[in-house]
Amino acid sequence: MLFRLAKHATRILLITLAGGFLALALARLAPGFGVDEREFDSRLSDETRAAIRQSHDSERNIFRFYFIWLRGVARGEFGVSPSLNQPVKQLLAERLPVTAKLLAWGLVVGWGLGFGLAVPLAFVSGRAYELGANAIATLFLCVPAAVLALFFLLTRSPSAWVVGLVIFPKVFRYARTLLRQTATLPHVLTARAKGLSSMRVFLWHYLPPAAPQWLALVAVSLSLALSAAVPVEVVCDLPGIGQLAWKAAMARDMYLLVCLTGIVTLATVLMKSASELLGESLRVRA
Amino acid sequence: MNYRACLLFLFCFFFVTALASAQGGGQLHFCLRSDPKTFDPVLVDDDASERVRYMTGGFLLRLNRFTQQLEPELATSWKVSKDGRTISFQLREGLHFSDGTPFSAEDVAFTMHRLMDPSLHSATGDAFRSGDGKVQTQILAPNKIAVTFPAPVASLDQKFDQVAIMSATSPKKEMAVLGPFYVADYKAGSYLELNRNPNYWKHDEHGRQLPYLDSVRLDIQSNRDTEMLRFLRGEIDLVDNVDAEYYNRVQTEQAGSGHDAGVTLDPEQVWFNQTPNSPIPAYKRGWFRSANFRLAVWQAINRDDIARIVYRGRAQSAVGMLSPADKFWFNTKLATHPYDPQGALKLLAQDGFHLQNGQLLDREGHVVEFSLVTGAGNKARERMATMMQQDLSQIGIKLNVVPLDFPSLIERITHTYDYESCLLGLTNMTLGPDAQMNVWLSSAENHQWNPSQKQPDTPWEAEIDRLMRTQASSLDPRKRKEAFDRVQQIAWEQAPFIYLVNRHALSAISPKLHNVQPAVLQPYVYWNLDRISKNAEVASR
Amino acid sequence: MIWIRNAAIGILVVTFAACLLAGTVAPASYAKQFREEPDAAPSHQHWLGTDDLGRDRFSRLLQGTRISLLLAPAAAFLTAVLAGLIGGIAGYWGGWTERVLMAAADLVLSLPWLFLLLTARALMPLNVSPMNSVAITFLILGCLGWAAAARVVCAGAKSLRESDFSLQARALGCGEARLLLRHVAPNLRPMLMTQFWISIPVFILAEANLGILGLGVVEPLPSWGSLLKELSGLTAISGQPWVFVPLLLLVAVVTSFQVLLVDQELPS
Repeated sequence: MLFRLAKHATRILLITLAGGFLALALARLAPGFGVDEREFDSRLSDETRAAIRQSHDSERNIFRFYFIWLRGVARGEFGVSPSLNQPVKQLLAERLPVTAKLLAWGLVVGWGLGFGLAVPLAFVSGRAYELGANAIATLFLCVPAAVLALFFLLTRSPSAWVVGLVIFPKVFRYARTLLRQTATLPHVLTARAKGLSSMRVFLWHYLPPAAPQWLALVAVSLSLALSAAVPVEVVCDLPGIGQLAWKAAMARDMYLLVCLTGIVTLATVLMKSASELLGESLRVRA
Repeated sequence: MNYRACLLFLFCFFFVTALASAQGGGQLHFCLRSDPKTFDPVLVDDDASERVRYMTGGFLLRLNRFTQQLEPELATSWKVSKDGRTISFQLREGLHFSDGTPFSAEDVAFTMHRLMDPSLHSATGDAFRSGDGKVQTQILAPNKIAVTFPAPVASLDQKFDQVAIMSATSPKKEMAVLGPFYVADYKAGSYLELNRNPNYWKHDEHGRQLPYLDSVRLDIQSNRDTEMLRFLRGEIDLVDNVDAEYYNRVQTEQAGSGHDAGVTLDPEQVWFNQTPNSPIPAYKRGWFRSANFRLAVWQAINRDDIARIVYRGRAQSAVGMLSPADKFWFNTKLATHPYDPQGALKLLAQDGFHLQNGQLLDREGHVVEFSLVTGAGNKARERMATMMQQDLSQIGIKLNVVPLDFPSLIERITHTYDYESCLLGLTNMTLGPDAQMNVWLSSAENHQWNPSQKQPDTPWEAEIDRLMRTQASSLDPRKRKEAFDRVQQIAWEQAPFIYLVNRHALSAISPKLHNVQPAVLQPYVYWNLDRISKNAEVASR
Repeated sequence: MIWIRNAAIGILVVTFAACLLAGTVAPASYAKQFREEPDAAPSHQHWLGTDDLGRDRFSRLLQGTRISLLLAPAAAFLTAVLAGLIGGIAGYWGGWTERVLMAAADLVLSLPWLFLLLTARALMPLNVSPMNSVAITFLILGCLGWAAAARVVCAGAKSLRESDFSLQARALGCGEARLLLRHVAPNLRPMLMTQFWISIPVFILAEANLGILGLGVVEPLPSWGSLLKELSGLTAISGQPWVFVPLLLLVAVVTSFQVLLVDQELPS
C-alpha cells in the first residue's frame, strides 16, 4: 500500500513539474512574449523603453528561469507577478479559496443535476423522458458559459450554479451511456429477473461494475469545472484563480502562469490518482 | 432607573452619530477596471494607479478639466524663466500631509529628485526629460523653491499637473498624501477604500473644509457589463467612461443619468506599415508610401456612418491628430476629409491604380488586398474594421480584418513589423503637442508607420521634425501654435494616420450626486472630487 | 415514438436544404450592411431583423450554419477517434503504456493551450482566407479535445480487458489485436459517440471564443459560434428575443441528430 502511494506521489510530482515547464515553454514560444503595452506610452524615454525590455531578460531562458523558480518554491517564495506587481503567494492565497468554493459548489450542482437526470433512465424506459432530458442537456451544452454567467448576474443568482450548469450536460451524457451499458449486462438482467428491487439493482449491480469509469468521470469533471470557472470568474468578476489565469495569459506573466499551471496539473493528477486508488481498492474488495 | 438612563444615553449617542454622518458628504462608490499596480506616485504608469494618484495626490498646479486652464494648488503662484529651464514656485504655508507631517519646499525637492532618478524609469519623469544632465532644485525659502532642468522643457508648468508631491520625512512614505483622500484599505482583486484626508488644505467659499465626501470606495471590476448592471441597480454611483452601446440603455432606463460632455481628445486611427525592413511585399509597401493611396483610403471610409452606427451617434468624424476638444491647439482651419469614393478612385488613378471586374489593381496588375490588424475583444474597433471592409470594397479594395490579442499585436507593430495596416486608438492624457513628440519625430520609437529613422525618410517628415523641435524649444505660445498648426496641416495632407472618429466623453452619474460637472478630459466625472457630495445640504452650503 | 423521429428528420432536412440553398433562400448577402437599419426588429425584409451593423440575421444564420455544420462534426469526429485510440490503447495494454498516455492526457487537460493557438495564428499569413482560418481552428480544437474522453475510455477499456468475453476470446486463441479491434473497440463505441455529441456544440462555442486570439471565422463570415457570442452582451439579451434563434436552432439540430442516431449509443 505504502509502495503504491509512493508510486502515485512520484508520478504526481513528475507530471506537475512537467506541466509547469511545458506551460513556460508554450508561453515563451508564443507571440507577444517580452512585449509590454507600456511601450506605447509616448512619454517614455529610450532608456525607460530599454529598461522595460530588459525586465523580461530573466525569463528568456526557460530552463534557467524554471530552475531558479523551483529553488524559490523550495524556500516558499513563488516570485512577484510583474503584471500585477504583487507577490504570487499572496495572490494565490487570496484567490484559491474563491475558486475552490466555486468549484466545490459547481461540482455538487453539476453532478446533482447530471446524475439526477441520468439515474431515472435506469428505471424508466420511456422515450419521452429520455428525449426531454437530452434536450435539456443539449440546451445547456449549447449556451455559452459567459451568457449563463450574465443571466445569473442579472437574476442575482449564485454564480456557482453556472459552473454546475456547464458541466452537468457532460456528466449527464456520460452517466447515461454508462448506465445504459451496464443495463444490458447479464448479471443485471439476472438480478431483475430474480425480482430484486430497482434500488437494490441500481446500488449493487449498476454502480459497482462501472466504478472505475465513474471515478474517472469524477476526475474529468474537475478539469471541466476548472475550464468553466474561467469565463464565469471573468464575467462575474470573481477574484479567483480562473480570472487570474486569464489575466496572466494575456499579460504573458511567467511567474503566474507557471504557478497556476502547476496548481491545475496538481489538482487534475491528484484527483485522477485518488480515483485510481479508490478503483483499485474496490476491485480488490470485489 | 439606571436601565432607563442607559437607554436614553444610547438613544442620544446613536442620534448624534446619525446626525453627524447625515451632515457628511457620504461615500462615493464606483469601479476601477483593474488593480492599481502601485501607490507610489512617481512610478505610476497604468490607468488604475493614475486614477488613485489623481484622487489622493497633492499637486503644485492642476489643470482644471472643465476650463482647461492651469490653476494654483499647493503652489500659490509660479514663474517659468525666459529660457524655459527653470520654474519657481511660491508654496502655501502651514500645510500637512495626511499623517500630520508638515509640508515644505523640501518635499518638492525630494519629489523632483526621485521623479528624475534615471534608475526609477518614471513615465511621469520622462515627460520632463529634455536633455542630458541632472535636475537641480534650489530651496530659496521653506515655502519657495526653484527647479532647473538641463534643457528647456516645453509646457513646463502644465507637466506639474501629473506630479504628486511626496513627503521627504514621513515614515509612511508614499502613503502620506496631500490630496483630498488617502488610501485606507486595499484588498487586491476586490476593492480599494479611500478615506477623507483630515489635513486637506482646501476649503470652500464658506470656509468649510473639503472634501465633502467622507470616503470613496472603488471596486475592482473589469467586466463592463457587470459595471453597467451595478450602476443600473444603484449599487455604484457613477461610471466614468461609458461605452456608447450602454449609454443609450442608461438614458432609457434612468433618464437623466447619462451625460455626454462632448467630443474627447481621443481619436481612432489607422496607419499603414511603411517600415523599409518589414517582411511585407515590396509592392504593398509601395502602395502604403503613396500619399494618394492613403488619402484615397481616407476618403473611401464613411466616418459619419462609423460615428452613427458604432458609437450610436456619440462620436464625430475626426479631422486630424487633435480634436476640437483641445480648444487652444486644434487647427480650426482644417476640416474633415470628405467621404468621396469617386474622389478616392481619382486619387488612386493618379498612381496608376485601376478597376477591373470590381477589383482594384495597381499598375503592375497586383490585386489591392491588405490586412488590418486590431485588438481583439474591442467591439467598437472590430465593428469599425468591418465597416471599413464594406467601404473599401466599393472602390475594389479587399480588406482582411485580423483581430489579435494585444501582446501579439504590440509585438507585430513594435518589434517584428509584420503587419500591413493597423487600427488603434490614441489616448491623449494632456493637451497640445508635448505628449506627441515621440509620435511625430521621425527618429522616435512611437513614430508608428516608420519608427526610429536615422534620417527622415521623406521631405514632409523632415519638415515635421523641424517644426516639432521648433515648438518644443519655444516659450511663446503663439509661435508654438503656429508651428504645431503647420504640423497638423502636413499630417492632414500626407495622411500618415487616417483619423476616423473622435468619440464623446460619456458617463453615467447617479442623481444622488451633487456638484458634478462632466468634462471631456479624464477623469470625466470626478475631476473635481473634492467638491462632489451625496448630501444636497452639504453641497449647497 | 415515430412522430418524434419524423420531426427530427424534418428539422434536419429543412436545415440542410436551407444551408445548401443559402444563396437562393437568403434575402440578402450575409456581409451586406444595411446601414440605415442597424439592430432592426424582424420585418418582411429582414425575417430575423438585423445585427448591430445592419446585416441580415437570417442570411448570416444560414451561412453560419453551413460552416459550423460542416466543420464542427469533423472536429468532433477527430476528437472521438483520438480519444478512442489513445484511451483504448492505454486501457487495453495497461502498464507503462497506460501511464505514459494518461500522463499525456493529464498534461493536455492542464496546459494553457491558448499559447499554442496564439502560435498557430502567428504562423498563419495575415491574409489567410476565412475558410482556411476556420478550418485550421477546428483542426486544432479536434486535436486538443480528446483528453477528457480518453480518461473515461481508458477506464472502460481496462474493464473490458478483464471481462468474461475477453477471457473467453483469449482462451479460444484470439490474438490481442483482433481482440482489441473486434471485441473491445465496439464496446467503447457508446462512450465515443457520447464524446462526439458533446464535442459538436463545445467546439462551435470554442471557435467563437477563439476570435479573441485572432482565430476562428474572420469578418464578415459568420458562424454559429459568432452568432451565439452576440448573446454575451448586456445590450444584446434585453428586448431582442430573436437573437436567441441561433441557439434554438443549434439545440434543435443537435437533438435531432441524437434522436436519429441514438441506437448507435447502445452497446453491441
